[in-house]
Amino acid sequence: MAAMSKIATGNGHGENSPYFDGWKAYETDPFHPIDRPDGVIQMGLAENQLCFDFIKKWLIKHPEASVSTAQGVNKFKEMALFQDYHGMPEFRRAVAKFMGKVRGDRVKFDPDRIVMSGGATGAHETLAFCLADPGEAFLVPTPYYPGFDRDLKWRTGVELVPVHCESSNNFKITRDALEAAYVKAQEANLRVKGLLITNPSNPLGTILDRDTLKNVVGFINEKNIHLIGDEIYAATVFMEPEFVSISEIIEEDDVECNRDLIHIVYSLSKDMGFPGFRVGIVYSYNDAVVSCARKMSSFGLVSSQTQHLIASMLSDDDFVDDFIAESKNLLFKRHKYFTRSLSQVGIGSLKSNAGLFIWMDLRRLLREKTFEAEMELWRVIINEVKLNVSPGSSFHCHEPGWFRVCFANMDDNTMAVALSRIRTFVLKNNEAMVPPRKLCRLSSLKLSLSRRMDDLMSPSILSPHSPLPQSPLVRARN
Amino acid sequence: MVAISKIATGNGHGENSPYFDGWKAYETNPFHPTDRPDGVIQMGLAENQLCFSFVKKWVIEHPEASLCSAQGVNKFKETALFQDYHGMPEFRQAVAKFMGKVRGDRVKFDPERVVMSGGATGAHEMVAFCLADPGEAFLVPTPYYPGFDRDLRWRTGVELVPVVCESSNDFKITRNALETAYEKAKEADLRVKGLLITNPSNPLGTILDRETLKGIVKFINEKNIHLIGDEIYAATVFMEPEFVSISEIIEEVECNRDLIHIVYSLSKDMGFPGFRVGIVYSYNDSVVSCARKMSSFGLVSSQTQHLIASMLSDNDFVDSFIVESKKQLFKRHKYFTWSLSRVGIGSLKSNAGLFIWMDLRKLLKEKTLEAEMDLWRVIINEVKLNVSPGSSFHCNEPGWFRVCFANMDDHTMEVALLRIRTFMLKHNEAMVPQKLCRRSSLKLSLSRRRDGFMSPSIMSPHTPLPQSPLVRART
Repeated sequence: MAAMSKIATGNGHGENSPYFDGWKAYETDPFHPIDRPDGVIQMGLAENQLCFDFIKKWLIKHPEASVSTAQGVNKFKEMALFQDYHGMPEFRRAVAKFMGKVRGDRVKFDPDRIVMSGGATGAHETLAFCLADPGEAFLVPTPYYPGFDRDLKWRTGVELVPVHCESSNNFKITRDALEAAYVKAQEANLRVKGLLITNPSNPLGTILDRDTLKNVVGFINEKNIHLIGDEIYAATVFMEPEFVSISEIIEEDDVECNRDLIHIVYSLSKDMGFPGFRVGIVYSYNDAVVSCARKMSSFGLVSSQTQHLIASMLSDDDFVDDFIAESKNLLFKRHKYFTRSLSQVGIGSLKSNAGLFIWMDLRRLLREKTFEAEMELWRVIINEVKLNVSPGSSFHCHEPGWFRVCFANMDDNTMAVALSRIRTFVLKNNEAMVPPRKLCRLSSLKLSLSRRMDDLMSPSILSPHSPLPQSPLVRARN
Repeated sequence: MVAISKIATGNGHGENSPYFDGWKAYETNPFHPTDRPDGVIQMGLAENQLCFSFVKKWVIEHPEASLCSAQGVNKFKETALFQDYHGMPEFRQAVAKFMGKVRGDRVKFDPERVVMSGGATGAHEMVAFCLADPGEAFLVPTPYYPGFDRDLRWRTGVELVPVVCESSNDFKITRNALETAYEKAKEADLRVKGLLITNPSNPLGTILDRETLKGIVKFINEKNIHLIGDEIYAATVFMEPEFVSISEIIEEVECNRDLIHIVYSLSKDMGFPGFRVGIVYSYNDSVVSCARKMSSFGLVSSQTQHLIASMLSDNDFVDSFIVESKKQLFKRHKYFTWSLSRVGIGSLKSNAGLFIWMDLRKLLKEKTLEAEMDLWRVIINEVKLNVSPGSSFHCNEPGWFRVCFANMDDHTMEVALLRIRTFMLKHNEAMVPQKLCRRSSLKLSLSRRRDGFMSPSIMSPHTPLPQSPLVRART
């Protein structure tokens, strides 16, 4: 028997969770408008597909952005040979500028602090290697992106301790929650080295308000622990209130902060929709961390071919300004359409203004307030409604009944089909009325029971007097 | 005081070695034919720059290989979104086919076993994470590529135990050397998990003969340890004897295939280090599966996968490229080694790689590491060439230097040779017996025949043979 490592034979890769069943269902029967109109629609992938026409137009006008076109080929050799882990200066400048613009130019980023990594996946692992020893821990507010369990823990040996956030206050990160988690870690004999926040939040789609951010910074300073801000969704804030970045908070007069504790993870995977290009960024205010992360970047440098393309694209100010505006515009429209359509059938979600998904509230559809019930409901959604959505438990949510549903990874037609299936499902399973008021509080748009037809919805399917939904599992038990 | 990790504060990144002084000298004063004609010439970087015109032609003829050309842009969206860690099927097929062609189609590679990584750097780290626990060890024959100390050990906690090879038998990897290293590991309480060989060798430029390879496979099978074959220089074998890959040997001998893994990359064979195309190819299904999951930390950019898939699936291009590359390397190697031998500088007889293993032992003031460092500083500061001292490759004998020859144009090569000749002439004190010839790939000729490559005004066939410049300094 050939012995492999413990890391290889263990489960740290995270793929054995039941969460992956939805993916398997999708992979065996993926939706296609013509070939598989009854297939499973993918709503579990946080991709930004709304702006590609815009980008394509720019590409056609800028053939020099590629080293493989006639216009760019004279740079081919130089690019193909360039493996300096500092990264191309033009690339770093363009990314730093982009990061600034995404924050409304309220802060400036230093190109010399831009360090490359193998996507945000690689960035997180690199920071964990830089900041913590095996057995040490990071605090992470729940619900959080499931990939963190692998990225931060698998090969590093670092632990994650959840900071429990509750739906009762919209999953706010409170001082109490932070302190509770810190104490829990201490009781478990885990030395806390840092706090990882994702802002805008995945899966919530919300942003942290200024006070919360200041509290967070105050907390990490007191405890002398690192703060890692994953701002991968920064440009997806499509609506008020305006995004506030950690980079801005640390500049404020009333905020005292040791900058050696501050680090940002970034990527072009969500904001630009380029996950395939593996453009991960570690931005640290700590010189020693920049230096170490840069050496580690050898394990996951950005392809020089891609650095060249991105440098061209992101140094075009007009393109960038227009892109940021256009992207927000399309995300806003899609989000509005989606949430409004859902509320019309009585499905609410956490009020959100960012991200590529909504945090859908299906608590009242649960047979009982348990995670088993959530899993059952999830399987119904996958197998009957034929949508792959992500159950809240996979995000370590403290409370069952929440689902993350992505809305930006499909075209309008597919969105319409998905909504149609949801409506059908809701109608099919209505048994009794459910008081309308509770749902409205969490919905971004008030549920309207007036006679006004929304021309977004097909009149034949839904009348304003349709009874509100109830768990299909209730029906099954009768 | 802000606490960061032990990994971050330690020296595992390997950059504090004196080896980097040469790099600093180069960086502060790099050679440029017109701007800095007296600058340091970089001969410490194993890059393959000889085939770019060839590649460029293909790129111009195939605009569809780019996602940004009018012909390719319709694939932009699909490619930009593609982040599946299985990798694009066309990419894996093209790489598997290329690997087969580089081995003369004597073996076939399965695209399903091709796993991506962040360059060979990422591939080595990934394999270490898959096969060994912190504190366990790999055996590595010396001399070896310095990067292994970082790639295999830094973040993994894995140890490396050298298999000491001697110049007396041309650094052959003998059974004795392997057993000795294995014993040494045991005495140090290190559990050996695998053996890492680089074939063709960096820094030697030689290939392993069939017997040695069989001996190695037998050894790892007996000990039930893994064999990692870094074959990153496979296509740089420019001369007989023909390259024999591990992938071929395991078809000939009895072997548990679960122990066999190959690391590959396009950085040396194609000259594309910037594109970060690293490959882990394992015959062990569990390792393939684990490595594939780990590849998320260093996937190949889909933009690059697309380009490489196009390029390497063009059979005519690949066949012509492989031939052309060998030819260019052969010519450059021949010119370089022949020119060196004319001034009495020998090197290990080699038929592969992008460098030679230069023998400057007789120029050492004394047979010590310090003397090697002294000589090295002279080469950097006086001769103005950045070469790599053997000690940085863990060579157990001082006096050897790795000198790269494929990372410059013809003119720069001339300048480098001129400097070497000048240096050797300047420091000649006495004749040195013709012992030098034995190791040189071309015999030193002392006849009257003038060679058109060499400027007659600088060199006459009766020029005395070189001696250590340091001897002069003492006089």
